[in-house]
Formats: sequence, structure tokens, C-alpha cells
Amino acid sequence: MQHFDVVVVGAGQAGAQLAISLREKGFAGTLALLGDEPDLPYERPPLSKAYLSGEVDQASLALRPAAFWADHHVALLLGERATAIDPAGHALRCESGRVLNYGSLAWTAGGRARELECPGAQLAGVHVVRTRAHVDALRDACAGARRAVIIGGGYIGLETAAVLAKAGCEVVVLEAAERVLARVTSPAVSAFFETEHRKHGVQVRTGCSVVALAGDDRVREVVLSDGTCVPADLVIVGIGLVPEVDVLRMAGARCGNGVEVDGRCRTTLPDVYAAGDCASHVNRFASGARVRLESVQNANDQARVAAANLAGVPTEYSAVPWFWSQQYDLKLQTVGLLAGHDEAVQRGSPGSRSFSVVYLRGGQVVALDCINAPRDFVLGKKLVTVGAQAGAADLADPAHDLAKIAARLA
Amino acid sequence: MPTITFVLKDGTRQDVQAAIGTSIMKAALDHGVTGIEAECGGCLTCATCHSYIDSEWIDRLPARRPEEDVMVECAMDVRPTSRLTCQIPFTEDLDGIVVHIPQSQI
Repeated sequence: MQHFDVVVVGAGQAGAQLAISLREKGFAGTLALLGDEPDLPYERPPLSKAYLSGEVDQASLALRPAAFWADHHVALLLGERATAIDPAGHALRCESGRVLNYGSLAWTAGGRARELECPGAQLAGVHVVRTRAHVDALRDACAGARRAVIIGGGYIGLETAAVLAKAGCEVVVLEAAERVLARVTSPAVSAFFETEHRKHGVQVRTGCSVVALAGDDRVREVVLSDGTCVPADLVIVGIGLVPEVDVLRMAGARCGNGVEVDGRCRTTLPDVYAAGDCASHVNRFASGARVRLESVQNANDQARVAAANLAGVPTEYSAVPWFWSQQYDLKLQTVGLLAGHDEAVQRGSPGSRSFSVVYLRGGQVVALDCINAPRDFVLGKKLVTVGAQAGAADLADPAHDLAKIAARLA
Repeated sequence: MPTITFVLKDGTRQDVQAAIGTSIMKAALDHGVTGIEAECGGCLTCATCHSYIDSEWIDRLPARRPEEDVMVECAMDVRPTSRLTCQIPFTEDLDGIVVHIPQSQI
């Protein structure tokens, strides 16, 4: 049985950052980073963008080269899947039979792509986008495909739609809600993206629910609840993430939507921390509600908090949430969370393809969506971080620089 | 191999052998230079690869593009020599460049 002072389970963004931060903070104990994929820890955001389109290769996805991990004495245990934790014995069991003893455990296992539960969901030609291997399979499938049906109009669905449309596929996006990006943005921004996708030849259908995938040896069509059949050479399912916390739940950790952590990224199990997509936490930018965020920002910042606490420096998580998406030549940057605003102020015009929407609650800036408007994003981040009060008239005037509002805070 | 010298927060110097064509940000990450975060992977969304280019070297770099200008403002303690290192490809002309790491990213 091997012992490590810290075992990190999950070699994605959060796990890699946690290991890096531990060493940066001078942690000198033994450290293992365990991942169920064979790859070196890599960036996921390009998977649905530049990696799918072939603009970047696998090597450039790596967060750090192999030599980095060796130099920093991080034991990479790749292709290993954790299957059980004995919290009292401080032991972790893997699918391979390997058992690790830990001083502390950090759970950064992220999640798996949610699958459809309808008939035909397991047919050949049905893809998800979560891992490098998923996207390799999708790229191979795209080579011979003319008609792609994407189920889910969230970030993943729309980003892949943009790549496939540019590559010359006929793309249909099917969204169950009344608008795309419904979970993450306001109606105005949803409408803008729907228009953009239609301009690029993508068929966007909202308010439609999938009841079955049909085909013989492989998927041939998607059947909707109104009886419509949408022909498909391939189907991409982008309907969200299931947090990977079953092992923690079985070990007795308190779990709801993800594993619950406190401000210091501690789970309810002794010496077990969690960070990233799988960790639900009380977020001050969600009015103190418990949320689970799927983002690079949250993965990195929670990983740093967990690492600091593991290294003996008590630290609380309080970072401002931010997100980005790339579709065609449009960069959407979001700061803050849309958790109940009473006013949405548009800056600039969607027709110019560069505009922002500022969300206010009680006159206080709580979030911004910035489309090809990085300056608004940069300055807006300051406003959201401090919870600035701002007048709708000032915000709506693109000539009124957000720097003036930010400067008043300084 | 050509060299980049990073001057860390505490003043110590770290020489890094870097491949031509990589970005200064990537060279820093690959060699474990502390103080460069590069959260967005170089797509001009985060400004956490901010550094100060040594005054001896700043004029030898291609000028900032408007997209970089905008994001640099997001950084802490911006100076005339501030750059986002993801936007600086390492070329043979830059062999020996000196890059100062800021006290804090964001």
C-alpha cells in the first residue's frame, strides 16, 4: 500500500491547479495526482472550439509538460479510477485494485456528460463532448457526416454548432427551453446568439423535446415529441454535466447537487477537500446561495483555496465568477451570476456585434454579459466585485465609460 | 537553446530555455515560473499572465494590439512596460529577454 501526504483525485483543471498551487506554497510532502484518462492534465475549454476544429493539437492542450510534474515531484497516476474511500482509515481504493493511503484527500473529479435517457440514446453516432477522447471520436465522425443534430443549446452545444457549421455541416440545434443559453443569460443575449447561428446557416429550434433517437446500426434521426423526425448523420448531446461524487456520497460525505464544501473547500469527511465542477459551495455572488459552478475560474480559484488550507494557511473562497465562450468571431465574456436581477441594461447595439448587458439588483451591478466588448468585461468585473451602485442611464450610454464608474469606487 | 530570464517576485532570477515560436507565457508555465497563472490559456480573456518587460527589451517587441491593450487594463499595477506574455511569441531576436513577474495577478 502506497502512502501520499496528499492525494488529488481528478486530473483536470482543478486537480492540476491544486497540485501546482500546493508546490507553489511550499508544500514539501508527498503528492499524487490521479486521473482516469491516460492524458497529461489538459485544458478542456478548447475541446468544443479550437481542438474540435483542428486548429490546435493534443500536445498543446497539456496544462504542463511531463517534465514539470516530475520536477515538482507530483506522482501522476493516470488511467486510474477511484472507486471507494475509507474515511476513517484514510484510504482510497482504485478500480485497478491499487490502494492508496492519504494524509489528506482532494476530490477534483469534475463530472461526466449527462446522457439522454430516451430510447436509442446508446446508438452508434451519438456523441458527447467532455474529454479529449470524446472529441477525437467526434472529429472522426464529422469527416463522413453531412447532417449534425445537436441536442442542447448551452455553451457546449452552441460552440460545437459554430465549429461544425464553419466546417460545412448542416447543423440543427434542438433546445428544450424556449431559448438557447437559458440557464446562463438573459433573453436579449439568447436572441442575439440565435440570430447569429441562423445567419451562419444553423437551424435553431427551441421549445422542443426529444423523445427518441432512431436508426438501425447507427443513429439516423431524432424524434421530437410533436412527431417530427430530424434526419441526422451524427448527434451531439450537450445537456449538462453530472457531478462525479458517487464515491464521496458512498463514503458518507454530504452531497446534494455535487459534494458540499465549506468556505475553505472542506467536505464533511475528515481531511477530505473538494474543488471545481463537482463542489457545491455558498457563493457571495449568488446572494449567499449554495451553487455549483462549471468554469475554469471556479476550478482554479477553489483549487488555490483548497491548496492554501492544505498547506496550513486558512483561506476562504470569495472570488468573482467569470466565464467565456467563443462562437464564430464572437467572444462572450460573462462576469457575475444571474441570480435574480431586477433590471437589464443594454450598452451598445447587438446589430454592431459588439455590446454588453449589465444586470442590476436594487441598483447594484451583479453581472455583465459582454459580446466582443472586452473593455466592458474588464471594468465590469471591478464593478461586480465590489457590488457597485450604478445608474441605468449611465450604463446604457456606450459613450459613458465604465471606467468612470469604476474610478468613483477607487 | 535560447533563454528567457524571469525575475521573480522576490527578486531571484530564473533562466528558462525556451523553444522558438512558443509564447513567453507558455515557456513560463512549462518551466514552473511562479507568478504566471494564464487561466484562459492565452485567448485574451483573463490578464493573468501579466508581466513587466525589462526596459532594455520593451522596444524590441511588436507593439500591443488593441485586444491586448484592453485586457492589460484588467491587470494589477499596470506600467508602461506591462504586457500579456501570452501575446509575445518568443523569437530568436528575443534570446536573453528579461521579464519581471508582478507582485500579484488580479
